[in-house]
Amino acid sequence: MAELLLIVTLAGEQVAVLASEVESVVEVEGLTPVPRAGGHVAGLTALRSRVLTVIDCMASLEPGGRIDNPRDAIVVVADGHPYALLVDRVEDVVEAEGEIAPVPASLASGWAGVATGYVPAEGRLFLLVDIHALIAGPTAEAA
Amino acid sequence: MDDLIGEFIAETRDMLGALGGEIVAWEAEPHDRARLDAIFRFVHTVKGNCGFFDLPRLAALSHAAEDALAEVRSGKRNADLALVSGVLAIVDRIGELIEAMDASEDPPEDDDSRLIAALSTGSEIAAIVGDSAVRRRAPARSIRLSIELLDRMMNGVSDLVLARNELARRLRDASLPVETDEAFERVSASIAEVREAITRTRMQRVETLFAAIPRMVRDLGSATGKKVLLDIDGGDVELDREMIEMIRDPLTHIVRNAIDHGIEPAAARRRAGKSETGLLRVSARQAGNQILIEVADDGRGIDGDALVGRALAASLLTPDQAARLTPDRRLSLIFEPGLSTATKVTSLSGRGVGMDVVRANIERIGGLVDVDSTVGQGVRFTLRVPLTLTIIPGLTVEVGGQSFAIPRSAIEEIVRTRAAGVRVEIVAGAGVVTLRGERFPVVALAGVLGTESRIDVSEQLLVLLKTTGGGAYALAVDDVHDHEELVVKPASPAVMATGLYAGTTLDGDGRPVLLLDPAGLAAAAGVSLDRGELAAAADSECQADEQRPVLLFTTLAGARRAVSLPAVHRIDEVPPATIAASGGRFHITLDDRILPLAGCDRVPDRAKIPILRLTDGCDEIAYAVDEVIDTVMLGSGLVPPPQPGEIQGVALVDGEQVEVVDLFWIFAHHAAGAPAADRPLCLIPEADPWMDTFLRPLIESAGYRVVRGGEAAAELPSADLVVVDVETGAEPPSGAGQVLRLRATPEPRGARDDSIHRYDRAALLAVLGDAARAARKEA
Repeated sequence: MAELLLIVTLAGEQVAVLASEVESVVEVEGLTPVPRAGGHVAGLTALRSRVLTVIDCMASLEPGGRIDNPRDAIVVVADGHPYALLVDRVEDVVEAEGEIAPVPASLASGWAGVATGYVPAEGRLFLLVDIHALIAGPTAEAA
Repeated sequence: MDDLIGEFIAETRDMLGALGGEIVAWEAEPHDRARLDAIFRFVHTVKGNCGFFDLPRLAALSHAAEDALAEVRSGKRNADLALVSGVLAIVDRIGELIEAMDASEDPPEDDDSRLIAALSTGSEIAAIVGDSAVRRRAPARSIRLSIELLDRMMNGVSDLVLARNELARRLRDASLPVETDEAFERVSASIAEVREAITRTRMQRVETLFAAIPRMVRDLGSATGKKVLLDIDGGDVELDREMIEMIRDPLTHIVRNAIDHGIEPAAARRRAGKSETGLLRVSARQAGNQILIEVADDGRGIDGDALVGRALAASLLTPDQAARLTPDRRLSLIFEPGLSTATKVTSLSGRGVGMDVVRANIERIGGLVDVDSTVGQGVRFTLRVPLTLTIIPGLTVEVGGQSFAIPRSAIEEIVRTRAAGVRVEIVAGAGVVTLRGERFPVVALAGVLGTESRIDVSEQLLVLLKTTGGGAYALAVDDVHDHEELVVKPASPAVMATGLYAGTTLDGDGRPVLLLDPAGLAAAAGVSLDRGELAAAADSECQADEQRPVLLFTTLAGARRAVSLPAVHRIDEVPPATIAASGGRFHITLDDRILPLAGCDRVPDRAKIPILRLTDGCDEIAYAVDEVIDTVMLGSGLVPPPQPGEIQGVALVDGEQVEVVDLFWIFAHHAAGAPAADRPLCLIPEADPWMDTFLRPLIESAGYRVVRGGEAAAELPSADLVVVDVETGAEPPSGAGQVLRLRATPEPRGARDDSIHRYDRAALLAVLGDAARAARKEA
């Protein structure tokens, strides 16, 4: 069976995340700030009495980045902790039409840290983004 | 011991279950080596486990089977039919014995020697095997569950509690018919019950933690050639499983240190005029929402000067700082990384795990470690840990418009910056507060978090936080909100990376709130706590050791009184409806418990009554007051009262006479309960086991004297309350006082059913309280 992909818009790019890693899509409201946390941690929000750590994916791409209108988010669970990843817009779920191809070296610096490859779908190529890298934040780039 | 036997039975039964298939397969294929090994392992394990208990029959059986199988394994003997059925007969017999032990029945007839003899000689034993399979297996009364499943249940219930709280708020806002409220109350009560039950499933007796200590003490004692007498107390105290696991290593380390470094060799003890045998006491007890685990030895004690010397050598302290350390601070240096008083590393301790690790482990679970020692007389370590990891009492504070939670266990007291007796100064850019002659560093929460305080510094509140080792600091916040039970959830690594937070929780409105980590805040603010130079530099004219802190208050009768502060567990405000009089005594319902109430001779006529909750470590007493004034330090000059009673003496505070409450008298007088004859009488049906075992303790805890129907017919007319089970169709005797009808089903039968579900604790307590009040009025 073909891998399902969730297409989201981030920094003007349409990129893909593995749908199997996404628990749900929510609209985030009422952020509790976390003082002194990394810049990509937008705050905390409650989802049915679970506390989600909200990650601003723009800030994960480049330090100082900010999602303009923090609302759409995808809920993922990484290492047992639930996160809400803020994106510009959640687009659609599509089927992958082939294998994941490696990323060319020439990727722009922000994307290089979070992309795991290209995946074909809907007759074009989407950049496949690693949710763990988004959660780790811009520091992951150096590693 | 019973727990260990239970474990043994459960384990053996599990193994038998798993072995079932192997046995059948082995019977068909006696030369299958893997099957043979599996059965060999089973009898070997049973034999090994039997060694711990006095189980001669199991030991002999498993030994015989092991011998025979060992011969087969080494090729000395063939796995013929006789051997196979002989081994199987023994495995079956082991199963029977185990079931009989579990059911506490008489074990099956002892013809084990025939089985064993048959196995060793290889003779036919079919006749013996015959009847054993007929025995029915007793149904298992316990099942094994994974901790993970229990955790999921616990999380689910925590979520239920939060959802209920939110629903409660909405119900309050919407004006709905009273039936809705009642239905909600029922839901609410059963959620509370389920939560308590599930919390209990996670509880384990501390005994399981202590079980390994005797063996360890024996081994360490013989390895070091020291004689140690171990005294264990309080094993029946219950604690969350997870907490027990978290405490295991720190406790082991402390016990090991006590024997290796604390208790001296016999000769040295003799020279010091002590008994040759060292004494090690390990005890556990519950105090409020905490469990206290103490490990005390009567060894050489910790030499504070030696610790300071080492700290100096390791450049952890400057000579100037060292000179100003109080004795307490010197001792708490033992929790510093890289410090150990042992002059040489031995095989037992000194494995790179120091007291600093012990402290870190205990603090991680929201606990504290204290050390107390007198050179030459011994050391006492006290571990204070919360009852569970998931629900802890906490306080919410506010700074810069955002709320944060602080674990209650870390909070010493809360003072207003502008209150009398509080002096805040800025010394070289750092805030210092002087409180009753002691100085503490001030940490501005807004500064640490990088937010802006919304009020003037002089309006802020100071929350005095205590960390392990006795170091304390004052956290400046904008406002302090309610005490609350917090359902704590772990925070994600991205949040924990700040080092400032211990977890997250949800507030009453379901919004996430960060739980602050007091030690992390201090570290981030650069406050040095354990060196304690600020506190140690407290004014020398203030003879702190001769003074004690007391809480000053006015009684309902208007007198100014003081009570020793350490005995005050917390201060609550309660509505008068929670107070009930029974038999000349007052009781108060707090958190589903009934406490004796001192300090009032009638139910006060006001909306809220401040209550001091006093504890002596095991009992708790409530003391009703008019107003709490302040905490002050009190000297030893007391004028004794003419006769013993509630007052220990009169002292002078700010030129005014203050009566000092005699805690000993109060506890002796109130905690023991009212004398039997004074208590209201409650009649329960005769020969009803449920009433006797389930209901009776509840009624008695509400201050009643309970009699069964048959045994006290003469007392019937004077009964203040009669309990009737509607399921039996019984009618209360004529002339009885108030009647409490109990039904077995949660739902009432029709609108006119005035009975109460027998597990509706809140409703039961309400009726018990009403009847007691009525009894009091008549008296």
